[in-house]
Amino acid sequence: MAGVTTFECVTVIATESLSKRFPRVTALDRLSVDIGPGVTGLVGANGAGKSTLIKILLGLSPATEGRAEVLGLDVATKGGAIRERVGYMPEHDCLPPDVSATEFVVHMARMSGLPPTAARERTADTLRHVGLYEERYRPIGGYSTGMKQRVKLAQALVHDPQLVFLDEPTNGLDPVGRDEMLGLIRRIHTDFGISVLVTSHLLGELERTCDHVVVIDGGKLLRSSSTTDFTQTTTTLAIEVTDSDAHPDGTRAVRDALHARGVETHAEGAGLPGAGHILLLTAQGEETYDLVRDVVADLGLGLVRMEQRRHHISEVFTGGAENSGAENDSDERDSDERGSDEQWKEAVGHGG
Amino acid sequence: MAVEQPLTSPTGDQTRIHDIGYRGYDGPRLGRSYASRSLYSQSLRGAYGLGRSAKSKVLPMLLFTVMCVPAAIMVAVAVATKAHELPVQYTRYAIMMQAVISLYVAAQAPQAVSRDLRFKTVPLYFSRPIETADYVRAKFASLASAIFILTAAPLLVMYVGALLSKLGFAHQTKEFAEGLVSVALLSLLFAGIGLVIAAVTPRRGFGIAAVIAVLVISYGAVSTLQAIANVQNHTSAIPWIGLFSPVTLIDGVQSAFLGATARNPGAVDPSAGQGVVYVLVVLALIAGSYGLLMRRYKKVGL
Repeated sequence: MAGVTTFECVTVIATESLSKRFPRVTALDRLSVDIGPGVTGLVGANGAGKSTLIKILLGLSPATEGRAEVLGLDVATKGGAIRERVGYMPEHDCLPPDVSATEFVVHMARMSGLPPTAARERTADTLRHVGLYEERYRPIGGYSTGMKQRVKLAQALVHDPQLVFLDEPTNGLDPVGRDEMLGLIRRIHTDFGISVLVTSHLLGELERTCDHVVVIDGGKLLRSSSTTDFTQTTTTLAIEVTDSDAHPDGTRAVRDALHARGVETHAEGAGLPGAGHILLLTAQGEETYDLVRDVVADLGLGLVRMEQRRHHISEVFTGGAENSGAENDSDERDSDERGSDEQWKEAVGHGG
Repeated sequence: MAVEQPLTSPTGDQTRIHDIGYRGYDGPRLGRSYASRSLYSQSLRGAYGLGRSAKSKVLPMLLFTVMCVPAAIMVAVAVATKAHELPVQYTRYAIMMQAVISLYVAAQAPQAVSRDLRFKTVPLYFSRPIETADYVRAKFASLASAIFILTAAPLLVMYVGALLSKLGFAHQTKEFAEGLVSVALLSLLFAGIGLVIAAVTPRRGFGIAAVIAVLVISYGAVSTLQAIANVQNHTSAIPWIGLFSPVTLIDGVQSAFLGATARNPGAVDPSAGQGVVYVLVVLALIAGSYGLLMRRYKKVGL
């Protein structure tokens, strides 16, 4: 065990030119990545190979070539031992509606090898930690989506694993529920001491939660880096304004006014709903928000919304080169940031 | 939880819930075989609605009562009339009650497997130490045990009744044992067939209908064909036709080897050679349904 513990300090998950080929598709293509303790985000568009990777890491699906270790155990031979120490929260619904959360989680704890008494105690503790109180005695069928997600999280944590795989835990949640879930994920590591591998196709929400982000696309590793490198890429603002008699096309008026003050707006992705009415621009800091407010007020228009755009991962890849080009035009960026922009370009080129 | 000491809050507010923080688990992890046994006992209890809603207890308990009441009546009659033999042989009882057993299998086989498929709980099981084979074996064993309890309980009632009314001990015990072997075989066969059909569809309703169709309709069809063969004096064909329905298969095995009389039209007992064929077919069906279940769950995976 001592060997395992020391290994764990360095790497929780290690893959070495891991490939998985199906007759028609290559799901993973020579993926080599080392993941340390902490919260790690695994980002990729749908079909990028995230779920395939989790399946291999749980020892449920053999890799075509290459090898992988989880907690120092080889996935090809020690699948059972890995699954005893690892929790898994699937992306899809997995809860029977006619039993209570307590009954269900107790059963799942026993399926992880916990003796009956320990299973009941751990269930009570875990449900409390994920924020389920009196409702845990009611059948799951009557729960809201947010509560169901908490039960799914609880069954992944109930056996006190060393590592949990969370597959799209924020799917289907409203913004408040999403933030609560992200906070909970953060606590899993800081308070519970459990390492987390969390997948999402939203880069924006992962960079706020994770210490480290791994981006894969088409089964290939695009980028693996600490989240501080990502922060500057996502401060995109979306603005929507009303029209007035003086400015029948409010959006255009704001765009021109901003342009006159030296702020460029990005070309909005065509075909999206409301594309013509939403302006996208890169916020350089607090002053950009003030500028937008003043410009809109001066024109006498109503500001319908001003929000930080969450990056959809595919958006980052398709618009990445273009955006980073635009960003490089502004002279306010230091050389460090520009360096990471180049990395982005490189990554995008690699992906294409 | 019992050892938690509420922290004394300075204001003396006793109703506050204190967050005592996260506690890890250092206790034993009992591993794969314990997990399989837990799944087995949970499924077996579930087959009688225990640990589930009150509504899901109604049907299994009702069918269990329906199975046992005739046995109790027979015992009462035998005791009252001081008969020298029970009105019905042990081996004949399950065949007589085959409709009730089929109904039970049709209701509980989908309960055992379709639920996990429909609500996609299966991936959660496979993300834990157990393997596909453990899951299939636990489900197979639990349904077979549930059917065995259903079919053996009335035999036990009859046996106890027979002993109480002082019927011959050795004779009764031998026949009771033969009856138990027969219903054990029946339990395995019905559980296998029921589970294979139920595991194909995540829809419970389809599962129930399909199991009833296979068990009851095949019995009806085979009995009709046997009746026609009997009327047309092709009695030698009767045992061969019996190979095509689960109920008549068990009937054939026990009338060849377990001292029962065949319940088919014309009461034609299979010959020893035919009996061997019957046993082989039953065993092949049990093994085959296990194999099919394994194949099915290899695919379901995560």
